[in-house]
Amino acid sequence: MSSHAEEKGRLWGLLAEYETVPAVLEAAARVRDAGYRYFDVHTPIPIHGLDEAMGIQVSRLPWLVAGCGAVGASTGLLLQWWTNAVDYPFIISAKPYFGLPAAIPVTFELTVLLAAIGAFVGMLVANGLPQFFHPLFRLERFRRASNDRFFISIEARDPKFDPRATRALLESSGGRPVLEVEG
Amino acid sequence: MRAMVDLGNEPRVLGEKASPVVRGGWLAAGVGLVAALALGALSGQGWRGFFFAYLHAWAFFASIALGALFFVMLQHLTNAGWSVVVRRLAEAMASTLPLLALLFVPIAVGLGELYHWSHADAVAADPLLQWKSGYLNTPFFLIRCALYLGVWVWLARFFVGRSLAQDTSGDVAHTLAMRRRAAPAMFLFAFTVTFAAFDLLMSLDPHWYSTMLGVYYFAGAAVGFFASLILFSYLVQRAGFLRRAITREHYHDLGKLLFAFTVFWAYISFSQFMLMWYANIPEETLFYLHRQEHGWGWAGLALVFGHFLLPFLALLSRGPKRRKGALAVAAGWLLIMHWLDLYWFVIPVQSEHATLNWASLALAVGLAGALMASMLHRVRATSLVPERDPRLMESLTFENA
Repeated sequence: MSSHAEEKGRLWGLLAEYETVPAVLEAAARVRDAGYRYFDVHTPIPIHGLDEAMGIQVSRLPWLVAGCGAVGASTGLLLQWWTNAVDYPFIISAKPYFGLPAAIPVTFELTVLLAAIGAFVGMLVANGLPQFFHPLFRLERFRRASNDRFFISIEARDPKFDPRATRALLESSGGRPVLEVEG
Repeated sequence: MRAMVDLGNEPRVLGEKASPVVRGGWLAAGVGLVAALALGALSGQGWRGFFFAYLHAWAFFASIALGALFFVMLQHLTNAGWSVVVRRLAEAMASTLPLLALLFVPIAVGLGELYHWSHADAVAADPLLQWKSGYLNTPFFLIRCALYLGVWVWLARFFVGRSLAQDTSGDVAHTLAMRRRAAPAMFLFAFTVTFAAFDLLMSLDPHWYSTMLGVYYFAGAAVGFFASLILFSYLVQRAGFLRRAITREHYHDLGKLLFAFTVFWAYISFSQFMLMWYANIPEETLFYLHRQEHGWGWAGLALVFGHFLLPFLALLSRGPKRRKGALAVAAGWLLIMHWLDLYWFVIPVQSEHATLNWASLALAVGLAGALMASMLHRVRATSLVPERDPRLMESLTFENA
């Protein structure tokens, strides 16, 4: 990636590299304890206990999914009640205009559909996706995050961020090397 | 990553601590059976009420043991690691199947009271029963039942026996043998449970038929089993065993399975109902019509809310599944609902009006006592975890992501 002269010096954050799972877990816990909020851990494999080490709170996404499901259920019921019993009453095979058993499948499907869309779109939005470029991609070394190295990145926008103190923290936690990432 | 639990100083053999429960179980068995027999002898209708209560109680406890057998086979089929610390408890529950096979005898004795189609004069007066008599006749019925019971006892002996043998030998070949046979065993299990449900439950009303009844019984069995396993784990831990081996992570997974099968039961039972409601064919709707009149409708509504809606909302989120006290309450509730589900299926054939069959309650206590006593008597000398299962370590350190 090209870096124009005027962009030089605009720091996005710091990136520290670790060799082992225990090392990155311990470092993540130290970054968490130091009070940082805008930081992330990059790993090629899922690590159990990483959420806790990073201090990640329980996701609020389930509430969105529940809300979407409730909207789906009531939409399904109201739609069938209104079309079958109010707008165009029509007797089909001697059933009541609005029979609850017959309305359940559509209600169920709409509940699942809206809940699934809520989960999918909500997850994307909460993660800031889709995103086609990330400053970390400027670093050649970062490619190993999908292969055999673990990384911690701390963003400069974090209120606790200080170029020197943050670097010291990452280095003392075992990060080798600690690199600057341009924005 | 969770630290490795050292099983060295973890109490995991019941030993003498089981003795009071075993004695209490046999006492409950005696009291329950005598009470049920007394109720049967004093009843104005003869032994009919007793035999229906007995079939209900037997189907209830058999469903839990069958659910346990299903769970054990499923863990081997999928090569599951997380469940190893609770698998021995499920194996103990599945090993009640030989006793349940013995306890089938009263059903064979009461065949004439239970099954309308077993009377020659009833068949002679009924063209539909004549059509079905090639399948629904007493000798063939008893042969089939013997076959189902034989298959279940055989499967339980194989999977429980190999697991216990591994405790002493530590041979991985046992695990591999169980994994290889789990898939064909699952086929055998599915066919026998489906046809057992057709024969024992559906033929109570020989005019009515539902191709979904086999899976309906299975879904209830899974709910009953997971509820029982959660309670069993909870009580074993309360008694001071496996305190650190079974963690909230295991309860979380058991809770997920309990939730999933509660939803599955609702899906199956609603599908059965809706298809019959929509098609509106008299011989099919008769089943539901009968269970909506004379007070039985309340039992049906109790199932809609108590067996599905309430537990669905209670177990939906993560929290209650990870708190074992809350989960145990939900499990106890669902176990009662599973009992009511089978009651709602069996007892309306005996009694047109909704009643509480007291013999059903007495036999629930009696059979529970007998099965628990024999189960604990059997497992008290062995470890409560598969000591040398190659996946034990994985289970001890298991964590939900």
